[in-house]
Amino acid sequence: MLNISGLKEGIVLDHIQAGKSLDIYYHLGLDKLECQVAIIKNAKSSKMGRKDIIKIEGALDNLDLKVLGYIDHNITVNIIKDDKIVEKKTLKLPKKITNVIHCKNPRCITSIEQELPHVFFLSDEATETYRCMYCEEKYGK
Amino acid sequence: MRHLLNPLDFSVEEIEKLLDLAADIEHDLPGYAHVCDGKKIATLFYEPSTRTRLSFEAAMLNLGGSVLGFSSAASSSAAKGESVSDTIRMISCYADICAMRHPKEGAPLVASLHSSIPVINAGDGGHQHPTQTLTDLMTIRSLLGRLDNMTVGLCGDLKFGRTVHSLINALVRYPGVKFVLISPPELRVPEYIREDVLKAGNVEFAEVGNLDDAMPDLDILYMTRVQRERFFNEEDYIRLKDCYILDKAKMKLAKEHMFVLHPLPRVNEISVEVDSDPRAAYFRQVQYGVYVRMALIMTLLEVEKPC
Ligand SMILES: [Zn+2]
Repeated sequence: MLNISGLKEGIVLDHIQAGKSLDIYYHLGLDKLECQVAIIKNAKSSKMGRKDIIKIEGALDNLDLKVLGYIDHNITVNIIKDDKIVEKKTLKLPKKITNVIHCKNPRCITSIEQELPHVFFLSDEATETYRCMYCEEKYGK
Repeated sequence: MRHLLNPLDFSVEEIEKLLDLAADIEHDLPGYAHVCDGKKIATLFYEPSTRTRLSFEAAMLNLGGSVLGFSSAASSSAAKGESVSDTIRMISCYADICAMRHPKEGAPLVASLHSSIPVINAGDGGHQHPTQTLTDLMTIRSLLGRLDNMTVGLCGDLKFGRTVHSLINALVRYPGVKFVLISPPELRVPEYIREDVLKAGNVEFAEVGNLDDAMPDLDILYMTRVQRERFFNEEDYIRLKDCYILDKAKMKLAKEHMFVLHPLPRVNEISVEVDSDPRAAYFRQVQYGVYVRMALIMTLLEVEKPC
């Protein structure tokens, strides 16, 4: 059972693949937030052997969970209020992601216009393939 | 407001409507001479393609409209470093519709996101060239009277040939279309066409190396040029470029009502002696290209023929 002690209100990201918590910390921009963040590395897990956990304090409305779904959709998102888990969110591969991955096609318009957002659409769920919105080049995971 | 960025942006029904309009234009050109009076098309060509640009300009002039634009990046604001999105915002103030050619893939899509006028993709790098595909469809439909139940031979550079990939994607939507893919092994269609489009769609196709053997079965022969810039070395280019030259002897093997198409310009893959054969349709194809662009401009501007 997940230990949520010390967190009255916030989010717990559970079942992070061991060693990936710092990547996620930066991808979610947690380094730029002022709130308290606890990172637990290599916690024991019956399901995964070892896992990482991130606890984020406070009411977080603007956290981009789409990015999280792209990075690893096996992560469980627990919403905590009054010391209790009030909601468990499971993640899905997002249909559209912006500025998470970058198009590497040298013939793509994004290669010469740097200010364009890098937008990718999920084109094949089974293979987790994304395609660039502009040039349709594949981006496999 | 609609744009045309990808040949598949239009459904089969919408294409049929567009081709019906193009066919009516073909038979009553004077009836359309003023439907776009006072309208302007901007041809924004960041790389030169005289053929495509003139086709758009002729189409707009035939409709009574006028044209403005630029024909190379050097003569445009892009030379000063202006972004596509800034350019299209400016052009939106001057013109009613635009056709954009750009060496980078996705540039017309960027334009469409910031445009208040319809954007037509007039070719973006090796990516899409939807008006070429519409031209090919119109040519086939006009010559054969149908887009279904036929055998289409595609010959030459099937690996890099963007027009070939788009045409296959467009034709697999019609029932009973079979493909014969004629190319040297080095220039076969890419795997995604073979697997994701043809096999996945249960489309009948054959990949062959010999044009002579394929000829008798074909209703349409679509020739393409083998582009020099696709090869890393000159020897490969010279060895392959002449493999698939269409001449009078090969035409003897073909059906009486087979038609030869080519996106042009040709280099030498169709011998000039074939030009006088009534089945040589590649110059008529250019004319159909103007009619289909006229129909497209009218459709996107939502103008109609006066009753
Ligand atoms: Zn791209």
